[in-house]
Amino acid sequence: MSRSKTSWIAAAVLALAVVPVVLPGYLTSLATLMLIYALLAMSVDILAGYAGRTPLCHGAIFGTATYVVMYYVTSAGGNPWLAMPLGVLAALGVATVFAALAVRTSGVYFLLLTLALGMIVWGVCQRWTSVTGGENGLRGTARPAALADPQVFYYFVLAVGLACSYVMWRFVRSPFGLSLKGIRESESRMRSLGYDTTRHLFVGFLFSGLMAGISGVLYASFNSFVSPSTVALAQSVKGLLMVIVGGVGTLFGGVVGAAVIIVLENVVSSFTERWSMVLGALFVLTMIFAPEGVVGKFRSFLARRRKP
Amino acid sequence: MDRRSFVKSSTALGGLAALGSFSQVRAQGTGPIKIGLLTPLTGVVAAGGKEIAEGFGLYWDQVGKKIGNRAVEVIVEDDGSNPDIALQKARKLTEQTKVDFLVGDLLANTGLAVAEYAKGVGIPYFIPVIAADDLTQRKRIPNVIRVAGYTASQMPRPLADYAYKKMGLRKIVTISQDYTFGHEQCGGFAQVFTELGGTIVAQHWHPLNTQDFSPYIAQIQAATPDAVFAMETGADATRLIQQWSNFGLKGKIRLLGAQNATDQSVIRTLGAEAEGIISSAHFAEGNDSPATQKFVAEYQAAFKKLPSIYGFSHYSAAMWLAEAIKSINGNIEDRPKFLDAVRKTVLNGSPLGRPVRLDDYGNPVYDVFIRDVVKRPDGTFWNKPIETYPAVSQFWTYKPEEYMKQPSYSRTFQGIKKN
Amino acid sequence: MATLQLLNSFTLAALLFLVASGFTLIFGLMRIVNLAHGAMYLMGGYVAYAAATASGSFLAGVAAAVVAVALLGLVTQALLRFVKGNELRQVLLTLGLALILNDAALVIWGGDTFSVPTPPPLRGAVQVFGVLYPRYRLFVLAVGIAVLVLLWLLMNRTRLGALIRAGVDDAETVEAMGINIRLVFVATFMLGMALAAVAGALGGAFLSLYPTADSEILVYSLAVVIIGGRGSLGGAAVGSLAVALLSTFGQVWFPELAYFVIFGPMALLLAFRPHGLFGRAT
Repeated sequence: MSRSKTSWIAAAVLALAVVPVVLPGYLTSLATLMLIYALLAMSVDILAGYAGRTPLCHGAIFGTATYVVMYYVTSAGGNPWLAMPLGVLAALGVATVFAALAVRTSGVYFLLLTLALGMIVWGVCQRWTSVTGGENGLRGTARPAALADPQVFYYFVLAVGLACSYVMWRFVRSPFGLSLKGIRESESRMRSLGYDTTRHLFVGFLFSGLMAGISGVLYASFNSFVSPSTVALAQSVKGLLMVIVGGVGTLFGGVVGAAVIIVLENVVSSFTERWSMVLGALFVLTMIFAPEGVVGKFRSFLARRRKP
Repeated sequence: MDRRSFVKSSTALGGLAALGSFSQVRAQGTGPIKIGLLTPLTGVVAAGGKEIAEGFGLYWDQVGKKIGNRAVEVIVEDDGSNPDIALQKARKLTEQTKVDFLVGDLLANTGLAVAEYAKGVGIPYFIPVIAADDLTQRKRIPNVIRVAGYTASQMPRPLADYAYKKMGLRKIVTISQDYTFGHEQCGGFAQVFTELGGTIVAQHWHPLNTQDFSPYIAQIQAATPDAVFAMETGADATRLIQQWSNFGLKGKIRLLGAQNATDQSVIRTLGAEAEGIISSAHFAEGNDSPATQKFVAEYQAAFKKLPSIYGFSHYSAAMWLAEAIKSINGNIEDRPKFLDAVRKTVLNGSPLGRPVRLDDYGNPVYDVFIRDVVKRPDGTFWNKPIETYPAVSQFWTYKPEEYMKQPSYSRTFQGIKKN
Repeated sequence: MATLQLLNSFTLAALLFLVASGFTLIFGLMRIVNLAHGAMYLMGGYVAYAAATASGSFLAGVAAAVVAVALLGLVTQALLRFVKGNELRQVLLTLGLALILNDAALVIWGGDTFSVPTPPPLRGAVQVFGVLYPRYRLFVLAVGIAVLVLLWLLMNRTRLGALIRAGVDDAETVEAMGINIRLVFVATFMLGMALAAVAGALGGAFLSLYPTADSEILVYSLAVVIIGGRGSLGGAAVGSLAVALLSTFGQVWFPELAYFVIFGPMALLLAFRPHGLFGRAT
């Protein structure tokens, strides 16, 4: 990796590390939320950016993990630490079902099918009142006592986020990750080269679901609350928008996108109720003027500057 | 690292820090009283949410936005009809804007989420519209008080009594939105009605935002009850009342409604379909009482519409809180003292025209009216009282400790006594 | 009671067909999944409500709705030209538009629930097949059937229809034959918008209009089009019937399962027959 890239990443990590000191109280919790969503966005990017399949179901995978954690600590009275791997496993389970059904479709059909699957999960969460609490959701302490302090929790989320980012970064650069990219470029060519594209996509989907699940578990710890809105379509749309604004296929664009959307949301809603309209406009403008996102645009800017 | 990236990242940090300076440090005791009002300004209950802000603001405008020598600042945040957003905004109001206390929310799930948060951080939270029974019963939170509010099951019980004794009804079908507010309202109704000797023939639960009620209407027709108790709010109420009329059932089977079903927020965009629906509530905008009519006139002048339960409840809550704050000379920083004052305040100037006080569990006791939807000379409709049930508490005629031994109302427990 | 529920299903199916037919034509011909289609329905409904209450005429309401939504359609098409060729970007752009339109409607009309006033001759109920049934719902059923017939005639007996069908199969070849495919696209898009507007006006009278109506009808339309197959009118008709039956009877027999009753079969169908019942693989 080039020297300037390393220094960029080091600067970013350093900036993130001093957040609780420089931006106390509410802003630390906002930054924590940003990190959680960044992880979700990056998980979406694995599929959308690297495998070339844009999903609208990751909110459901994310939220399933949240629900399982909340259910385990409230109705089952379990240990918050134990709840975490359970949540991730549940997310992986849901991702497996989704992947099995969706992996043979592509493009817009993939989008629509994942949308439908996400809606099924939402419907279940809304109606299976005895387990999910229905509209009221589930409330209880999902954060382990050791992480009760917001600053400690921030560092915990940062550590998990950095670890997952590293794993994802290695994944997309691995031969397997490169084969996914190949599928995005030309699925027929990959097949003619002998790759089992369906199996590759399936594994890629599972990996993406795993990351989304980890994000969902962290969200449970953050909020200590879950309701059907956590698995709703709007959540998947938000995650997708973060990837797009940051830059599809750039992986770390997810972090930038999450930061942009969350900061915007906070600032805009202080001045107006029209956040929904602003979000919509952002979607439209990004699609027209900057479909490659912030990081994508930045990279092409750098590439142009390097040319003699 | 090279200079350029260092400069870039510190500029970014600086930008974020500037955001942080949005929060002000408040002066002790003499600065403005900051009230955080959470309300759904967007989303499925946006109409009611807007009225919450209007009703609350109307009171403060009338008293010049101050109590004693302290100014009052209301900061409104949109909870989006969504508990995740409600929690985020509650956090923002408490930790960033540093409000003195929180008020509001409309949907039960948003209220419950914020109540849990308030429990954790200790900020006072007042809920004039959130009617989840257990917040003032089995799962009471000391700093969450139902100022000028009511529990879900409190209001339908007099209606059940009236239905059995005065209207002579014996077989009733209930139809309701399938969430806690609906379960508790129907439970309150069903328990009293069956204890008096009536029968609940069937209960229909439908998801929020059901567009097409025809499948339920068909089943109700087949069951031939004496009457139907409809627990509906918002768009569902509008649709049910309309479709009921379209199917020719108006006048054939009597329709009883929960207070929200015939609330102004529903009937002001309906016509004659709503006429004749009997409901029960502490507030009836058609009530002759001078205090009520004065309020209705003021509300109409300010907002060009008749007040709904959302506007009324928050106006009363603002009045209540103002009285409480006055009684402790504006010293709301002393939270235990403030909460205690709120609990002990008796509201004398309420638009209801009679004094209102809280019971020992933090919920008001009201005189409840049986109301009928009647046409006004100008062609609009409103709820007029036809009978009064005095001093109805959240526990009806049951002893509180005995009552709380039975489970909370839910889809599976409706308090139905088998006759 | 079964008669009543069947009538309920058919009348709901008629409305769904009106919305979904426009959606499927646009999807079929232009490969655009117009996620703003629900917002067009809602806008049409609100405009119809405003016009009908102001003028006292239901027809004026419908006409105003068609005009308003057609204008919105032109704006949408203009914006879509910026992302021509990239299907995914088009979909996401329409999603952004849906958010904007939904919020704009909230600003203009507020959050109260409105109903388009039913014209007096269509009020009340009639005896049909042994049950008392609302006249207005029967009217919607009649309109649905009429539109189905008219659209079929358009598709199978007119030049425009032939061009649309050819375009659904293979737009490039049609263009290569010298036909101005863009005009066909615009005409189809406008037709879709008109259908959505009429659906909004009609639906606004018995299902009412409120802030989340757009996403709800969109979700149903998606189900219809996915089951029926992209670009197929017959598919839209069959899909509408299927979704309406599942929804109506599902509500009665499996109230627990709500959405699952519709989306379960839809997801399975899409997984194993990605192009729906009548769609064609291209």
